[in-house]
Amino acid sequence: MSETAYKAMKDLPALHLLAGGTPMCAGCGGLEAVRLFHDILGENTVFVNAAGCMTLLATYPHTPFRGSWIYTAMASAPAGAQGIRDALDVLIAKGRLRPQDDLHVVVLTGDGAANGIGLSSTSGAIDRGLDFYYLCYDNEGYGNTGQQSSAATPHGAQSATEYRPAGVAGEKKDLFSIWVAHRPAYAATISADEPVDLARKLERAKGLRGPKLFIALAPCPTGWHFEPRETVHLARLAVKSGLWPLREYVDGQVRHTRPPAPAGKRPPVEEYLRLQGRFAHLFKPQRNEAVLADIQGAVDVYWEHAA
Amino acid sequence: MRKLMTGNEAAAWGVRLAEVDYVPAFPITPQTEIIERLSEWSATGEAACRLVMLESEHSMLTAAGTAAATGVRTFTATSSQGLLYAMEMLYTTPGWRAPFVLVNVSRGLASPITLEPDHNDVLAARDSGFLQLHAATCQEVLDLVLLAFRMGEDATVRLPVIVNLDGFYLSFTREPVQVPDMEAARAFLPPYDARALHFRAGEPSAQGVAVLGGAPYSYFRYETHLAARAGLAAFAAGARDFAQRFGRVYRPVETYRCEDAEFAFVMMGAFATKAKSAVDGLRAEGWRIGLVRPVMLRPWPDEELAQALRGLRGVVVVDQNLAPGHGGVLHGDVLATLYQAGVPGPVVAAFVGGLGGRDIALEEFAEMARVVRTAADAGKSPPARMLYTAEELRQTRALQAVALGGGV
Repeated sequence: MSETAYKAMKDLPALHLLAGGTPMCAGCGGLEAVRLFHDILGENTVFVNAAGCMTLLATYPHTPFRGSWIYTAMASAPAGAQGIRDALDVLIAKGRLRPQDDLHVVVLTGDGAANGIGLSSTSGAIDRGLDFYYLCYDNEGYGNTGQQSSAATPHGAQSATEYRPAGVAGEKKDLFSIWVAHRPAYAATISADEPVDLARKLERAKGLRGPKLFIALAPCPTGWHFEPRETVHLARLAVKSGLWPLREYVDGQVRHTRPPAPAGKRPPVEEYLRLQGRFAHLFKPQRNEAVLADIQGAVDVYWEHAA
Repeated sequence: MRKLMTGNEAAAWGVRLAEVDYVPAFPITPQTEIIERLSEWSATGEAACRLVMLESEHSMLTAAGTAAATGVRTFTATSSQGLLYAMEMLYTTPGWRAPFVLVNVSRGLASPITLEPDHNDVLAARDSGFLQLHAATCQEVLDLVLLAFRMGEDATVRLPVIVNLDGFYLSFTREPVQVPDMEAARAFLPPYDARALHFRAGEPSAQGVAVLGGAPYSYFRYETHLAARAGLAAFAAGARDFAQRFGRVYRPVETYRCEDAEFAFVMMGAFATKAKSAVDGLRAEGWRIGLVRPVMLRPWPDEELAQALRGLRGVVVVDQNLAPGHGGVLHGDVLATLYQAGVPGPVVAAFVGGLGGRDIALEEFAEMARVVRTAADAGKSPPARMLYTAEELRQTRALQAVALGGGV
């Protein structure tokens, strides 16, 4: 294991195994996470896709991946990974595939599938101890179908399906903790705009057998309503404000890899929220102090307990 | 080796003799025994397959498809609600052109929920792109599993195949089964040639990709259809070889005592053996009547079926399924074949029966024969009917009385 291989940006591979010119939206935060993932895992990788934004990455007759790809369905990409992983193991065991021709098997899924329709098959794959990677690009809604609420939509956001003056009433599902309750080999939250943190986590996971699960915050210009040039800025604010805790579960322990500055010294969540159209109703025509206080309060309480 | 075994065990033997590599599984009544037997053989090494329990049939079918697309010989099995739960993947995987075999142990569908058999489950997969073979005996279950792998893996086909057997009547009924020896089975079914299907280092591939626009979509859909039609020739070639090696003859459409027949029953599956008994009985009374049984439902063996029905005065189609608001599924397909082939003459009497394991009595076959003869004499096909006796109605009324609080 070489988690020290990545100390700074200059240590990151610049292989560009994921080609440019894909049909993803300009400023897609999820695509950046996929690009880093592919570069760090290398070209001997097969992506098993669940229905979502990324489904159109490979559109006949093109694929942007130097590795392999299969599109399955919305609910069962982890089961698709199971079939491939098992088949590769059988082929190696029976001498029909050289061990050096083995592949990393990666599920690629959005948050809608990960939190909802695909949660059962994800849970099943973790139960079975499947040796695979699972990358959820979390744009906090069903991005592919116009940003309807998903179980990952944050409290107070406006979605395409819930028009309420105060935004979505529910809380974002804690998918990371649901995974951790399964005691997988590895789980982490990541951000493409903390690439060194992402690379170190993925490198650490590569040394482990079993389910290796990642949720990447994926700022979504078309769904969250902000200018594509703000993607990086927003992703960083999400971490610095404490809204997107960068976590890691390994060896039975959860730890924070990039905690924000202490309360009072970190940027208020407002700085992150006010840049996004999905939260505009919290500021105009008048400020919704109650909801803003809810969101800030939840972040402060989280870090108070995390400390 | 000749051995007394259930239809489920015969299916497991087919898998063992096919030297299947991989079995993603999920148990459901009445299919479970297949998985139990394979699990046991996988543990002892008698079957060289890896068996993995999935958490649902939808996942099971997904794993079967991706494993086949990775290049291993794959088998799976389900039944009834499980087949319907997997339906999205039943329609998805044929387009991957990755062959594998699925045994469906037929069971009626909810609602009301039941454990007993009819063919509504497997007919829901009729147009999925899977090829479909229907067994009527335990021997056929074993043989058709081997033939299904041979047909599906054929270079001109490359599609998954369903082998159907009837719950309870075949799944749990013991019959003597001739089990081919391993060497002979291997000679009939050589190791799986995955051809272009693989995921491996240095040879990246993209499978199951999206298309944009109707032209590429239609192209690949038509390819699937043409591949399915190629199943007719592939089955015939496989069956010829099978007959030479094992002495058992399979045709897409079985005909029984049809040589000089005026009338014939058309039925699929295990209940067709009841029709054979009925044919024997009626012939003893002087009737010229036979049985026409589609063994193959997909591809639809239209030419063989038209040939079998040519010259008849009347046909009795017995559908062990119900398409509410329409009638029986097989009825419509038989009519289409007769019309398309320009077969002159036969009136067609349609019956629905055998739902949820309900028996079809010999006397009912005799009555159906009388109905079709009367219709043939009048030159007019009668309205479709649903088999139900006065006694059954009385019993059901008694249940209703209890349900309504009347007591027994």
